Amino acid sequence: MKLEDKLFLVTFNADTESHLSVKDQAVCQQCQDKPCINGCPADCWEHNPEKNEVHVSFEGCLECGTCRIICPFGNISWKYPRGGFGVKYKFG
Amino acid sequence: MAEDKFDVVVVGAGPSGLSAAIALAKGGLEVAVLERGSFPGSKNVMGGIFYRQPLAELLPDFWQTAPVERPIIEQRYWMLGSQGHVGGGVRNQSFDGASPNCWTVLRAKFDRWLAEQAEAAGVMLLTETTVDSLLVENGRVIGVHTGLEDGDLRADVVVIAEGVNSILLRDLGIHPEIKSNQVASAVKEVISLPAEKIEDRFNLEHGQGVSIELLGTLTQGMVGIGFLYTNRESLSLGVGVLVSELARTRLQTNDLLEALKNHPSIRPLIAGGKTEEYLAHLIPEGGYHSVPAVHGHGWVAVGDSAMLVNSLHREGSNLAVKSGLLAAAAILQAKERGDFSAAGLAGYRQALEASFVMQDLKKYRKASHWLESNPQFFNVYPDLLNDAGTAFFRVDGKTKREMQREILKMVKTRRGLLRTALDVVKGGLTLR
Repeated sequence: MKLEDKLFLVTFNADTESHLSVKDQAVCQQCQDKPCINGCPADCWEHNPEKNEVHVSFEGCLECGTCRIICPFGNISWKYPRGGFGVKYKFG
Repeated sequence: MAEDKFDVVVVGAGPSGLSAAIALAKGGLEVAVLERGSFPGSKNVMGGIFYRQPLAELLPDFWQTAPVERPIIEQRYWMLGSQGHVGGGVRNQSFDGASPNCWTVLRAKFDRWLAEQAEAAGVMLLTETTVDSLLVENGRVIGVHTGLEDGDLRADVVVIAEGVNSILLRDLGIHPEIKSNQVASAVKEVISLPAEKIEDRFNLEHGQGVSIELLGTLTQGMVGIGFLYTNRESLSLGVGVLVSELARTRLQTNDLLEALKNHPSIRPLIAGGKTEEYLAHLIPEGGYHSVPAVHGHGWVAVGDSAMLVNSLHREGSNLAVKSGLLAAAAILQAKERGDFSAAGLAGYRQALEASFVMQDLKKYRKASHWLESNPQFFNVYPDLLNDAGTAFFRVDGKTKREMQREILKMVKTRRGLLRTALDVVKGGLTLR
């Protein structure tokens, strides 16, 4: 089963503003491994090779916190989404 | 404003925060619980096993009305190899009956119910309310700042029950960012299957359940575990590994889960099931040495926020409930004395230390580091055990003495006899 098909099963109430961001793109450019990308269980993080920037799609975030912990440079700003927004589990 | 002052504000409607809130309300205090989700449980994830104790101390017979899934009468442990598993387990009818030991639960249902009990006890529940920061004055926590308009709430004590991502404790300077080897990143699928199929496949009588803890090749050499739990009409299948291991291997947890679903020991158990939901969550794994300060001037921390998880025994929500109850008891004492300083709330830390929560974490204080620095338990022994077991049962014309030599050779070449013996002894000493 593809990850995108699994994520399709999850209910999200996406905010208009991101609760996740890169603090400093220059730091990401120094980062060889970019473990935020494989560490995220929902494929939210990606590297744009043209701009050489790391981007996040916060709308599909499962709010686990792995990206914040795995970033070797503490370069991810991670907040909880505003009240009522974000992932909404049916089963939990 | 006086109307915005509570005796206690609890941040987070999970088992720890709600247990504390109910106990405090029963003790006569005015309590508000702030929950960022649209309903309590909508953000909450665990495997998940929920034990009768200690919640039954607070809500006797709660399971008669609570949305529990199946009482667990059999706990299996499987060491997965690439083509099968070596396993064992304990099954006993006495795990069910008048006082069941534990159940599977689905937290979006269970926590919602627990929050209703809190409201019935007089707790004010505010959902869709994210706490952005603590209000601190002269080194004392005096309330919380929420994202709402006029969103400051004042309280004598703030109970920090945010869960593992405790941003408030970090911002308070209590808990520097959690280290990547102190938490596991776990993913889970809830897979629906008719009750009769579950009962047939897992050898169960009506309504009863099985838990299977999975070790071995499923984590591809990384420090981690998996699980398969039976719910009423679904299975919970998941896997988690230390975040530091994901950084090292560049693997993704969902790929481990997909491989697990296709493992020959798991595949027939979930066959025909439909994935209903995919979930992810961090699990505190750091144990005793990762527990931060749990109280200060005007605040206490409970549950996952305080890293209170006994991962070797897959216990977490019971530690959460216990910490919530002990925090509530300490706050009630502090209220009597009118002293909400760190000294006034110190009874919480003392009671926590004396309880099974910290006693158990202390007992296993060396375990998480030991497993991390002994990767053979994840990358050598699983296949070794499975291959040795397979050689033991395979009849192929060899004499039993030859078979034994073959197994001995496997141990010698893959780990070494002395090292294996030392692993056993050291393991015993670490966990004693």
